[in-house]
Order: sequence, then C-alpha cells, then structure tokens
Amino acid sequence: MRKYIVKRILISIVILFFVAFIIYALMRCLPTSYIENMARQKSMQPGSKSYEDWMAQLTAMYNMDKGIVYGFFAWLGQMFRGEFGDSWFYTVPVIEKFHGTIWVSFWMGLIAMILELIIAIPLGVVAATKQYSKTDYTISILALAGISLPTFFFASLLKLVFSVKLGWFDLFGLTGRNYEQLSAMGQFLDKANHLVLPIVTLVVISVGSLMRYTRTNMLEVLNADYIRTARAKGLDERTVIYHHAFRNTLIPLVTIVGGSLPGLFSGALITETLYSIPGIGYTSYQAMVGGDIPFSMFYLTFLAILTLAGNLISDILYAVVDPRVRIS
Amino acid sequence: MSDKKENRSDLEREDTLESPETVEETTEAPVTETGTESEQYSLNDDRRVKVLSPGTLVAKRFFRNRIAVTGLVILAFMFIFSFVGGLLSPYKEDQQFYRYDIQNKTYAGVVENTEFRYASADGQEFGSILQAQLVLAVQTNKDSFTYRDVHYTVTQEGEDFYSVALQGGPTIGIAYKDIVNVSNEGEKLAYALQFAALKAYTNGETAFTVDGKEYTIDENSGVLLDGQEVAYISRYVVNAVMGDVFLSRDFKEQLAECIDSGSEDFVYTGADGETYDYKVSYNPDTKGWNVLQSKETYVFDTYSSPSKAHWLGTDRNGMDMMTRLMYGGRVSLVIGFIVEIIATVLGVIMGGISGYFGGWVDMLIMRIVDIFYCIPSMPIIIILGAAMDNTGVDPQIRMIYLMLILGFLGWSGMARLVRGQILSLREQEFMTATEACGISVSRRIFRHLVPNVIPQLIVSCTMGLGGTIITEATLSFLGLGVKFPFASWGNIINDVNNTFVLQNYWFIWIPAGVLLLLTVLAFNLVGDGLRDAFDPKMKR
Repeated sequence: MRKYIVKRILISIVILFFVAFIIYALMRCLPTSYIENMARQKSMQPGSKSYEDWMAQLTAMYNMDKGIVYGFFAWLGQMFRGEFGDSWFYTVPVIEKFHGTIWVSFWMGLIAMILELIIAIPLGVVAATKQYSKTDYTISILALAGISLPTFFFASLLKLVFSVKLGWFDLFGLTGRNYEQLSAMGQFLDKANHLVLPIVTLVVISVGSLMRYTRTNMLEVLNADYIRTARAKGLDERTVIYHHAFRNTLIPLVTIVGGSLPGLFSGALITETLYSIPGIGYTSYQAMVGGDIPFSMFYLTFLAILTLAGNLISDILYAVVDPRVRIS
Repeated sequence: MSDKKENRSDLEREDTLESPETVEETTEAPVTETGTESEQYSLNDDRRVKVLSPGTLVAKRFFRNRIAVTGLVILAFMFIFSFVGGLLSPYKEDQQFYRYDIQNKTYAGVVENTEFRYASADGQEFGSILQAQLVLAVQTNKDSFTYRDVHYTVTQEGEDFYSVALQGGPTIGIAYKDIVNVSNEGEKLAYALQFAALKAYTNGETAFTVDGKEYTIDENSGVLLDGQEVAYISRYVVNAVMGDVFLSRDFKEQLAECIDSGSEDFVYTGADGETYDYKVSYNPDTKGWNVLQSKETYVFDTYSSPSKAHWLGTDRNGMDMMTRLMYGGRVSLVIGFIVEIIATVLGVIMGGISGYFGGWVDMLIMRIVDIFYCIPSMPIIIILGAAMDNTGVDPQIRMIYLMLILGFLGWSGMARLVRGQILSLREQEFMTATEACGISVSRRIFRHLVPNVIPQLIVSCTMGLGGTIITEATLSFLGLGVKFPFASWGNIINDVNNTFVLQNYWFIWIPAGVLLLLTVLAFNLVGDGLRDAFDPKMKR
C-alpha cells in the first residue's frame, strides 16, 4: 500500500514538472509586443510600478533573457521558494491577492458540493431502484438537462427571474450597497444572500453528472451476486437496498468526492465571473483577460497542482476504501 | 453476470413479441405442427429466417428508444435550421437594417434672463471690472462708485435698467435685463436705439425718438418705425442650437407665451399657416427650457421587436436575429464537429498505440495523456484569447485557432477510453488469429482493434460534442471565442451582459439559449440512446 502511494506521488511530481514546463513555454510564446503593451498599460494604474520596473521584474522572474530550458528551471526554483512576483492587474503581491480571494471560492464550492451530494445521491438511488419507471425517466432526463444547461444561460435566466422580476437578490457582487453600515450578523447575511444565486447555479449545473454516476453504480451493485444472496435470505427490500447495496455504491462515490475536494479551491471560473463574486475564479479571469502574466502563471500552476492532487486522492482512496483493488 | 444475460434474453423476447413474424438473428426456424421433414427444411419465403445484421439490430434498438429518437429529431431540426435555414433566409449573416425613427433633437434653448447684460456706449470702454462695480453699487443702492480714482455715477433709467457715466461726463455703458432683439435677419442694433427703446420700455412709455425718427412700442413689446417692426423687447433669450437657423420674432414670442402658460407642447404656426410641433422641457441645470424638435432620422434598426419581417426582431447592430441564429448554429455545430474530429483522431492514434504495445510505450503515452489532462484548458484559452484580442487577429483565423486549441487540449479522455478498450480486446482470440495470420501491426491495430472500439467512440463523441459546443459558447459569451461579425450562439447571448437587454429584450438572448440547451441535450440523449443500442448488456 505504501509502495503504491509513493509510486503515485512520484509519478504526479513528474507530471507536474512537465505541465509546469508547458505552462512556462506557453508564456514564453506570447508575443513580446503583447507583454510590453500590457506592462505599459498596467504601469499607468495608480499605485503601480513604472513600466521599466515591471519589465525588469518580469525578465528577472521568468528569465526572459535566458534560454527557455534554463529559464524554466530558474523559475521553478523561485516557485519552490514561494516567490510568485507582483500582480500587474492588482498591483499587490500575487500571494496576497490569492489569500484575499481563495476563501470565498472555497466556501461557495463547499456549500454547493454538500448540496449536490444531498440532492444527487438520494435521487440517483431512487432512480436505480425503480429502473425504467416514470420516476427513473424523469430523474434521468432532468439530470441530462442539468448537464446540458450552459452556465451563462442558466445564470442569466436566474438573474432575470430572481433579480429583475422578483427583486430578491442583487445582480452582481458579493456585498450589498450598504454593507459597511451593517452589523456583523447583517454582513454575514448580506454575503449569504449574494451567494444564493451563484450556489444555485453551481448546484444545478453539476448535480446531473453526480446523479447519473450514482445511478449507474447503484444499478451495477443491484445486479451483483451478493444482492441476490441478500434477497434470497429473505431480507426485506429496505435492508437490501439501504444496508447492502447503498454501502457498496458509496465506494466509487467516496473516491469521486474525495477526488473533487482539491477542486473546491480552484474556484468556479465561469460562475464567479457571471455574478462578479470576488473569488479566485473571477479574480483570475480579470487578471488573465487583463494580461496580468504573474497572476495568470500562478493560477495555471495552482490549477494543475489541484487537478493532480484530485487524481492522487481519488486513486489512493479507491485503494483504501475497496480492499479488492489492493490485491490486483 | 448471469443476471444481466437474463435481462438480455428478456429484451429479445420482447422483440419477438412486438414483431412475431420476424425471427431475429439465427434462432431456429419455428417448427410447424405438421412437422414433415420436407416442409421443415423447405426454403419457401414464408419459411425463410430473417437475418438481421448487427448494424440493423443496433438501429432497431435505437429507434425503439423514444427519448433517443426525440433527441435525434431535435438534432435533425437543428441541422436543417442551421445549414438549410441560412440559405432560405432572405437576409445575410451581417446584413444591417435601418429604419426611420422620430428622434427628439434639441432645436433651441430658452433662458429667462435674470442676470444683467451690458452694452457699452459708442466709443466708450465698459469693461468687466466696471460691470462688477456697477452691480455692487446697484445692490447696495448707491448712486456712485469709485474705481482707480475715477468716479462714476449710476443712474436708474428704468426697472432693471441702469446707466453708468463718468462723473460729470458722458455715459459709458448700460446694464439691463430686458433684451432688445432685431426683428429682421442680419440687421445690427444701434446702441442709441437700444438705449432709447429700453428707457421707454422700462418706464412704460409707448413712444420715443432717436435721430429724429419716431418709434412706437406696441402692446406686444414690438418696436415700430413708421408702423414697421424693427425690433422687439423680451426677457426670454432664445437661441437656436444650430448656427444656420434664424428664429423669427413670431416664433420666439409664441414660444414665450407657451412657456408662460406652463404648457409642454408648443405648436408654432408659421407665417404661411403651417404648423410645427415642438416639445418644451425645463432643464433645472441651466434654469432654462429646451425646445425639442421631433425629426425623422435614418438609424440602425436596433432591438426591434419580433415582427413579420424579422421573426425574432433585430439585435444591437440592427441585424436580423433569426438569420443570426441560423448562422450561429452553423458555426457552433461546425466548430463542435471539427474539434471533436481532431480530438478523436489524436485520441485513437495515441490510445491505439498505447493499448496495443503496452509496456514502456504505454507508460510513456499514458504519462503524456496525464500531462494533457492536467493542463487547465479553459484558463489557457482565455489567456490566448486575450492575447489575440490585443494583437488584433482576424476573426476568421481566430476561429481556426480556437478549434485547434480545443482539439489539441481535448484528446486525453478519448485516448484513455481507446486504450482501456484495446487492452481488453487484444487478449481475445481473434487477435491471436490475426497475429497467426501474420497481418502487419498497423493493420492489426487500425483494421481489427479500432473498429471494435468504434461503438464506444461514437457514444463518447456524441456526448463530447455537447460539451464542446458548451465550451465554445461559453468562450464566445465571454467575448474570447467567435468574434463579430461571425455569429455563434454564445456571442449572441453575450448581449445579455447589458442589464437593459436582460430586462427588456427577451428575444435577443432567450431563443439562442434555448437552441443551445436543446442541441446539447439532444446530443446527450442520442449518445445515451446509442450506448444502450450498441450494448444492451450495459443498458443503464
């Protein structure tokens, strides 16, 4: 087991190395005129460093004047030391901006994920136990519709109904207009109010695939021999489904949920942008569109690490949760 | 496992129930009750066993699935809508429409004069400092003031009408609030006439003499010379916005009356009896009135509501929405297909090689797949899109780049799928047979292994197409994918970022969104149906 984990971690590090190289190479491939343009624009901002400073910092940071391989290793070294440079767009160190935004994304993602689990697992189980029934078809089609729904269209619809017509929520932002005047509790409620629509969007968009996954796995388990044995023993249907079948369905679910835990930190790029929630997704979107190279590089690397960590966790969990995997 | 097999035979029994006269596949011919040997082996048409090819079987199973067929119908509609619709539509993709619109343009401004205005006597200097001193003196009710050791006397000539003179000397200027305007275009007003007219007017007199000429002032504050009007006096200052418009006395007077009566509509009856309509609105900033003339203007027909000519109205550029939707569908579908083809070809080649050879080749290719799987594609496309925005890449070339990037970043899933299938297939007997026959490696992979993966490939491509279309639409929505003048369903919905459009013009964004949703849903439904049809054992 330990050997397996160590092997997986080592492979992940190698993959990360190459992903980082591709990201670095990509940045080096950007047209110089574009980078210079952006640096010049950003240097006009209040509180920003001068154009020469930005370019000098950029050259020093990414070793633009050296070869691509040497530059990559030097950059990697800086990353290990935790030096990510200053953001052009926000004119503060990248790490500082990161700390300021990550938690909004995390809480939003966490709440959405918990809701997804609460909705998807029971519905998936019900659909599987009543296979080919009306309930099953309804749930399956709803799940597919959720998967097929373009985030931006759904968000616009929600905004039209709940923000414009009903006026329950604000169209944009995380805090209301009079946020500063509110008490601590009021501030919390204000933020919660602004997070309702983004969370609903996230849940509806991603609940479908989890529901289908639960259903497929539940069906597989229900066809297994031990379920027939359980039925043959004369156990009542409830015990068969919720005691024997459901527990086995949890195995793949646990791995997939564990694997998506690191993803909570990556932020919802599109949803946050649509609602202007200042989480890591929206922050990075603005930085990327604004040509903020230090922040974009950081975000890309960060995402790659999160994806790898997700894969690693789900692989390891799979081996931990299901003893049958370990033997082979 | 045995349970699943039972399911399958159940299904086949269903088949025979539905079409009892057809016996599927190679099941034995039904034995008739007469049972003689010759009849049993006869090959008459009524005895013939109908053999269905695997393809027909798949098609049969697929068409029995009502939901999947619904998806197929939707897809067929979308294809006809996008590819044929564009040809049938009377308009072009980027044809702009115009309309005559009645727009209120400011025609004239009216201000009631509440400040002193100044005029200097002929040959005299009456500068702004003296003007200020005069106002000061008037406000403090003094009849003289001293400036730079020069003494001036102030005389009140009438109501709100003062004159300034050097002490014991000539008058140097006047300050007044009622304004004397020339009646005829192009004439100049002499100082002496202005002075005399104001003096008479402010004192309520009706006649005065200048240079030996007799002038009279009528009840409409007109200054008449020999019964001919030369000027008129009014508190309202009316200025035309455009320099080449001369506002007649009659116009100004009727306007003043209208303002006094507090009415918002101003109808001017010209000398020739024609009437013109104007709107009068008070502007608190300038403390004046604006006279708005409604004029027909030729403008882009933007955001017009659905009508017979434009079934879904027009968009922000005055282009026909329906036609844009058709062309947008074309772009969305074509991009989806090309991206999916690139990804599939790459995936099949890499996955096929990896799965067939195994060992270090497999290890290497799978690590490459892992690397590509880890590259965050959405942010990279956003960064590249922003860079392309900045360097001004042609929209057409941009579309090609978009397809290439999406395709090259999207093949890793396909490669994994193909590899997994091939790993299990290559252990089967038919592969040993191909090896024994000495068939070349590339032929073995691409002629014998890959065709066996095709069912899974088709399913995964169909489902993937939906995802690709959403990705492209999202990018276009953010303004980083397909660019104007090309339409795509994503960039059509992009207009909803304007809150006013969100609130008022549903026909701009809801149809595009519904089409997008239906298309993606249909691809998913068909993909689901195909999977069930290809492999009834796996049936959901």
